[in-house]
Order: sequence, then structure tokens, then C-alpha cells
Amino acid sequence: MSRPALRSPQRHAHSRILGISGVRGDRVVPNDDIVGPIDSSDEWIRQRTGIVERRRATEEQTIAAMTEEAARKALEVADIDGSQLGAVIVATVTHMEQTPALATIIADRIGATPAAAYDISAACAGYCYGIAQADALVRAGTADYVLVVGAERMSDFIDPTDRTISFLLGDGAGAAVVGPSDTPGIGPTVWGSDGGQADTIYQTHSWLTFRDGTDTSWPTLRQKGPTVFKWASFEMAKVAKAAIEAAGLQPEDIEVFLPHQANMRIIDQLAKQIGLSESVVVARDIAETGNTSAASIPLAAERLQREGAVESGALALQIGFGAGLAYAAQVVALP
Amino acid sequence: MAHSEQEILAGLAEIVNEETGLPADSVQLEKSFTDDLDIDSLSMMTIVTLAEEKFEVRIPDEEVANLATVQDAVSFIHGAQQA
Repeated sequence: MSRPALRSPQRHAHSRILGISGVRGDRVVPNDDIVGPIDSSDEWIRQRTGIVERRRATEEQTIAAMTEEAARKALEVADIDGSQLGAVIVATVTHMEQTPALATIIADRIGATPAAAYDISAACAGYCYGIAQADALVRAGTADYVLVVGAERMSDFIDPTDRTISFLLGDGAGAAVVGPSDTPGIGPTVWGSDGGQADTIYQTHSWLTFRDGTDTSWPTLRQKGPTVFKWASFEMAKVAKAAIEAAGLQPEDIEVFLPHQANMRIIDQLAKQIGLSESVVVARDIAETGNTSAASIPLAAERLQREGAVESGALALQIGFGAGLAYAAQVVALP
Repeated sequence: MAHSEQEILAGLAEIVNEETGLPADSVQLEKSFTDDLDIDSLSMMTIVTLAEEKFEVRIPDEEVANLATVQDAVSFIHGAQQA
């Protein structure tokens, strides 16, 4: 029996990020405002994490509101209309409804319906996971333009008395529009997971435990700080180097370092272990924004662009890593 | 190749100096990492990771809290080599 052949065209040779945006929580929360319940000090937080203040959402800044605002801004910067989007991806762990996905709601609000829309749960690696998917979708022709948003309202999850992670966290949303390109704009993604360390950064108990009354305290986050520090600073350096090599580059070719803004000490150690050049521009948005999980990389990129610290076309290494444990890295040309 | 305790101490002092800027000769066996050398838990993890590479041993994360003094670290590394 003769069977017709499937068609599987490769639509675009390359993809690139066309525009990046960022929206931060409007409440500025300095260290002194939160040190009481954790018996700490401004000095200790600065020395240990590099954080001076963090941004937290106002009541009006729901996760949907921040995501929508970041999405609209990214479309404007990229000069793309919502109707041109073939897919909307929202990376988040703080959309507090199992379903429908936040992405479908956002897609509709920005005029992208009937684009494909879905959420990614990859914590602090979420944005880079999203960029990896957007790159693949565009090159395969599954979508010509893809919106990726890393959005978090971590303040819905924090425990003010927790000394392991809550004091680091901030709220915000960062978005990128990915589209076709004649020249490479997004390098190969090096990504993965290590579920064997799932208990390193975790939620204290499930919604079922909360519902059933076994533990009626609000589920929150905890992390094993020193273990995370070691993994992020040393193991992630190997991932970063692999992404640089996969892009056909050397560490000294990297002009901008955009790591997940987990902790300034991790950022510094990671840059050292990767062997980046002395002149590399390092994103340090965590100092005034805090750790915003999936939003941290696009927010850091937005800050550098807004401050005029980077030029269009600059080669940036972005690497996200966190709960899962999950991680992803790629070299991109900044828009 | 197994290192003597003296060699381990010297190697550890070098690592501490590289990570913290403390003079190598301030890294003495009886010194406490936190109380005497003012090394916090994050710097300790860096020192431990670099020591693992240097001496080709494995120091489990949960063991690090037990390494209160330089002697504790030297003894552990020395013992781990022979394991």
C-alpha cells in the first residue's frame, strides 16, 4: 500500500529576541522592613545576598495584571501586534489556580487569541525554558512570533519568619517576544533537571495537606541555602560553559552575563567559575529587585537596557536555575 | 595520591586565602572557621568545593556543618582520602 509522505518543513533558519520588557512590584521594601521576624539585620542581608531592597506587588498588581503589563510592553518594544503571536508562554510558580493557565487569560487580553497558550512550571529556570521553547517553535514554523513571560508574585508564598528564602523574594514580570531572524539570535539551549535534589528548594506542604487540616499553616517555600549555593555556583558553571561552547563561542566572547538573580554571591562565584572576561557586563538587578524567580532574568535584562549598559546585538549568556532542581542556559543576542 | 595532614593544611590555607583574602598563615589547626576566621556558610561551601577538587575527595553537604575547626576539616579530608 503506498502511503503519502508527511510534510515537516523547517520554516525559519533562525530566531531572535525582538524586544524585552519588565514590570516590578511598586512597593519598595528595604531590608530594615523585614529583618524583625527573622532576627537579622540589613548588614547581614547585604553581606550574604547583596540585596538592599526588594520589590513587592501592591494589591492591584495581581499576577495577571503584572503579566499583562509586561506582555503589552514587550509587544510595543518589539513592534509586534498581539494578533501576530502564534504562542504565549508564561513561566510561573505563583499562578494560584491549577487551571485555566494564566497564559490563556493573558493571550486573550493582549489580542493574541487564538494563539496557543500555556504555563510552564520550571521555577527560576522558567524563563530560559520558555526561550528554548520559543526558539524551537519559531524555527519549526509552529509559531512565527512567541511571547515568553516570566511572572511571579512570590509575596503570595512567603513566610516572614523564614530565614532560608523568603527574605530574598520579590515580585515582577519580564517578557520577551521571539521571532524569526535571518541570522542566529538564540544559541542552542543546554538544559536539564536533577529531581534527586527536589528537596533542596521546596514547598513546605501540599494544598491537599492544607485542605485536609493536617497542616493548616499557609504552604510556603524553604531552601537548603548552602547546598543551593554550591550547586548554583559550581555545577551551573559547567552548564554555562556548555551553552557557550554550543553557541560556538568562548567565555571571553560573552559581553553580558544574565544569570538568574538568586543571590549576589552566587552571581559573583558563577562569573568566576565560568571564566568570563573582566569587561563583561554583569546583571545585578537583585540588589534592588530581589529574587523574582522566573521573572529575574528578563527583569535584569530590561534594567541593563534601560540604563544604557548594553548595546543592541550584544552577546548575552543567560542561565536560569532553581527549584526542581531545574536549569537552562543559552547565549542570545540582545535586541 | 594521598596527601599528608600537613599538605592538606597548606592546601586548605591556600584555598581560604583565595576565597577570603585572609593570610594563609592565619589558617591554623585550632582556629574555628566561623568564630576565629569569620567565614560564613556560603564561603565555607566554596572552600569545601575547592577542597574536594584539590584533594579529590567528596565532602557531603550535611558533613560541612560538622567541620567547625580547621583541624576538623583537615582530619576529614585526610580520612576521606584513605576511604
